[in-house]
Amino acid sequence: MDYFLELLLGGLTRGSIYALIALGYTMVYGIIELINFAHGEIYMIGAFTALIVASVLTMNGMTGISVLILASVVAVLYSAAYGFTVEKIAYKPLRQAPRLSPLISAIGMSIFLQNYVLLAQTSDYLPFPNLIPVLPFMEPYSQLMGSTELVIVLTTTVVTVILTLFIKFTKIGKAMRATAQDRSMAMLTGVNVNRVISNTFIIGSALAAIGGVLIASHVGRINFYIGFIAGIKAFTAAVLGGIGSIPGAVLGGLVLGWTESFATGYVSSDYEDVFAFCLLVLILIFRPAGLLGRSTAQKV
Amino acid sequence: MKALSEFKKALIISLWFMLLTFPIMVIRVNTIEKVVEWRWRNMAFIGIGSFLLSFVWRYLLGRKEKGRKLAEAGSVEARPFSRRLLDEPRIYRPALAAVTLFAVAFPFLFSSYQTNIMTTALMYVMLGLGLNIVVGLAGLLDLGYVAFYAVGAYSYALLNHHFGLGFWAILPVGALLGVLFGILLGFPVLRLRGDYLAIVTLGFGEIIRLILENWNEFSFGPSGIANIPRPGLFGIQMSLNEATIYLYFLMIALCLFTIFVVNRLQDSRIGRAWIALREDEVACQAMGIDKTKTKLTAFALGATWAGMVGVIFAAKTTFINPASFTFLESAMILSIVVLGGMGSIIGVILGAFILILTPEYLRAFSNYRMLLFGTTMVLMMVFRPQGIVTNVRRIYKFRARGRDGEPSQA
Amino acid sequence: MKYSTFRTALLTFSGAALLMAVLSGSLFAADTIKLGVAGAHSGDLASYGLPTVKAAELVVKEINAKGGILGRQVELLVDDDVCKPEVATNTATKLVSQKVDVVIGHICSGATKAALGIYKDAKVIAISPSATNPDLTQSGQYPNFYRTIASDDTQALLEVNFAIDKLKVKKIAVLHDKGDYGKGLAEYAKKFIEESKKATVVLFEGITPGAVDYSAVVQKIKRSGAEAVIFGGYHPEASSIVSQMRKKDMKIHFISDDGVKDDTFIKVAQKYAEGVYATGPKDTSKNPLAIAAIEAHKKAYGADPGAFFLNGYAAAQAILAAIQKAGSTDYAAVGKALQTEFVETPLGKIKFDKRGDAIGVGFSMYQVRKGVYVEVK
Repeated sequence: MDYFLELLLGGLTRGSIYALIALGYTMVYGIIELINFAHGEIYMIGAFTALIVASVLTMNGMTGISVLILASVVAVLYSAAYGFTVEKIAYKPLRQAPRLSPLISAIGMSIFLQNYVLLAQTSDYLPFPNLIPVLPFMEPYSQLMGSTELVIVLTTTVVTVILTLFIKFTKIGKAMRATAQDRSMAMLTGVNVNRVISNTFIIGSALAAIGGVLIASHVGRINFYIGFIAGIKAFTAAVLGGIGSIPGAVLGGLVLGWTESFATGYVSSDYEDVFAFCLLVLILIFRPAGLLGRSTAQKV
Repeated sequence: MKALSEFKKALIISLWFMLLTFPIMVIRVNTIEKVVEWRWRNMAFIGIGSFLLSFVWRYLLGRKEKGRKLAEAGSVEARPFSRRLLDEPRIYRPALAAVTLFAVAFPFLFSSYQTNIMTTALMYVMLGLGLNIVVGLAGLLDLGYVAFYAVGAYSYALLNHHFGLGFWAILPVGALLGVLFGILLGFPVLRLRGDYLAIVTLGFGEIIRLILENWNEFSFGPSGIANIPRPGLFGIQMSLNEATIYLYFLMIALCLFTIFVVNRLQDSRIGRAWIALREDEVACQAMGIDKTKTKLTAFALGATWAGMVGVIFAAKTTFINPASFTFLESAMILSIVVLGGMGSIIGVILGAFILILTPEYLRAFSNYRMLLFGTTMVLMMVFRPQGIVTNVRRIYKFRARGRDGEPSQA
Repeated sequence: MKYSTFRTALLTFSGAALLMAVLSGSLFAADTIKLGVAGAHSGDLASYGLPTVKAAELVVKEINAKGGILGRQVELLVDDDVCKPEVATNTATKLVSQKVDVVIGHICSGATKAALGIYKDAKVIAISPSATNPDLTQSGQYPNFYRTIASDDTQALLEVNFAIDKLKVKKIAVLHDKGDYGKGLAEYAKKFIEESKKATVVLFEGITPGAVDYSAVVQKIKRSGAEAVIFGGYHPEASSIVSQMRKKDMKIHFISDDGVKDDTFIKVAQKYAEGVYATGPKDTSKNPLAIAAIEAHKKAYGADPGAFFLNGYAAAQAILAAIQKAGSTDYAAVGKALQTEFVETPLGKIKFDKRGDAIGVGFSMYQVRKGVYVEVK
């Protein structure tokens, strides 16, 4: 039973990580139907920025929670700026283009950003300090779950709730939903579609940066390639849950995390990813729009 | 006034980029020695560079916009220049002769290294043409095309290892296995559309690679299979140089064969069905086209070429391991198709040559190679999303003067 | 429409023609000795390949300053293979068509295997500083191959013997990163443990490199009751697994390979690295040649050398010394010189056996103590 519980909690952490990145994918996809391949790289840049800021601060004698907060804030700002710029350069000029063009542009952007960080920084793994302080009340449970893991799970929960409320009730959120449903109709009702799309990228990228700081703290090392691997998994999670749906992204992340965790625990980690992808295929065969996705009838 | 506002815009953009690239470009922290390296020079480069590039960027965007408006107004001839050039027999006939001559003379004019990379480029031409059937014609986004390539490569390597079968015996086997796997993938994804399809095919590609990596008893695992024989020719012993030339001509022949078949397919009943399916699935079904069959044939026929090239790949490198069949490879082949121009055979061929040969010749810039590759992909899509060669829809015109009043093709 | 096939072909080749016209093959003067250096020089594995290039540059600079070999200057032909077999064949063909005399490389075993066939046909000797796959020397299929590093099975045997004889463990979990190097090593380790009959393999699994979380596999190790973990792979995954094990209060031994015996491992895993065992090349820190080589690197490039630097240095010295002794760059003569004459290198006094493995190059066991790797006697 203990073993089961451990795997369950491990899967929960892993699932929350996927969910946090998947949120960005799902938001962008919901609005402009684009697989934003560069999203994983934004997450990586967030982690790098946090590392740089945190190191500079610690070298200047700062310690404790203020480093975490400052580094996270800068990382969020920078990731949002990168997301915004990437959209302006690589996707905005392509609004009228054939459907596959933005996807290729996204793959190109992803390769570009990876190599940009590789050249400007390093190809080696860098140690990432654990910025999250050890919570004293978690000590007795450290066998099951560490403080970092708890923070990851809690953050994902909080972020999801805030995001759902934001999209449901605020003006920007409503404009986003309108744009997602019908872009030209939204335009007619006075929604500035370009700004809505920019906002989506900014929010999605900011979430990726939060993910970057937390996940890098959990893993303890970063390099320029982390975004790609995490990105593919997060994207799988988003599709699994029904792309375009925010609760779907979280559910998809958790299902994927648990599948991998239990597959490793009870079968073998050799085929961990094979299980993940087989699950995806199976779910899509029976629910072609994902777990929580609405299967809309095709308009004729 | 306009110049001033342009200048102001460029200034803002350059400031923005200087700020944006600040942490990554300027600061480098050595966490081990606890030293911060400030590289202010990079910031200056970024500032000046983005200032100048922003002018170029806006000029090009403006030109593109103008071009589109003109096209909408109908003042630009629908057939692009490259097409008109190609349709002119006085130009393409002598050029074709020259090219044929060049292609034949190529391995004797240049070193075996040049021949070798040309062979690689030709392999990607075949791969691109195969994927073009799935993506360009049938409009099914396949991100796991490399799986079929792997199937072909491993079928040669394994059958040769266990049963000693030769290259020529396995070339059709590789193609057949490609078909088989194409159908195997096709069945579960028939109901999926668009990006769901994309992610499932991506998953399929990964599954194949992971199985090859983990199932040692079957595939020899990550250490791969070595000493795969090169293709033979009636048992003649060939030196390395001769073998390279032989492989080159083999690839030329296979490419011509592929071009021929794909071209015929495009004009066939099934080719029309693919295009109809791409344009509008519902209307296509309403026309009485069997969607299942059409999709499956697209997957199967697309995979055939990958299977064949896989066999050649194994024969050419003489060593294969699963690391050669990653998602990046699929992305590369997809880029060839999209960069060249979806659905256009010439475009795909050009795309393959550009994407495969440029990095090879840019070895001197090896560090910047991938950076440039990514940049090119983005720029290409921004300024020419239809690809290098625009695929022109075939137009059928009724000509009253045609023989027996039959409509003839234009 | 019947012309469209030809038209297609037309465009294909005119594109090719243009490219070729611009970039045709290069010619070199014939009176230098051409030393090829091939390996990963760009991309994510560049940090394993570039130090060898620098080592070769330093050795060649020194030799050329002394007037070269056999009265000829040595010329370096550096080429990248990004550690991919398919690129490596292109690299090898390029070097061969540039009439290379000998090659230092390649870096990764897979790429090396793909390239060796081409060198063999062209009668070129390749000497690798880092390709450790046992097949390269033991299969007998690559008579033109030499290396200045010991093979994986030597390492696995050392790890297993150390675990069984020194640490006295009975239950061992063997993990790997599913890669060419890691999995090969893990399989040897498993074989040696089973053959020894003194211990059992309680778990044999591959982990997914780059994954965000290894807690499930760590739990599995815990449940298997293993007293020691033998891990085949590189330091990034090793540091993740060790950290997660220690965070869960698992104090069992962790034994790994020279992919982990890297200072980066200690820097990344920090306090969790303490007590980890790793095999690595024999200690050379007291060898005056090694000290000199590292000094030269610091002087020329302003930094400490990277992975396989000394192996690359030794490879360059060994092959050039062999050419000197053979009196020519003839394939058979150089091969014979490599196998018969000892050379002083930063790795010690070495020569090569018939299969191509260096005699006098071996592995020792190291342990992280107070943040540094210390040899365990």
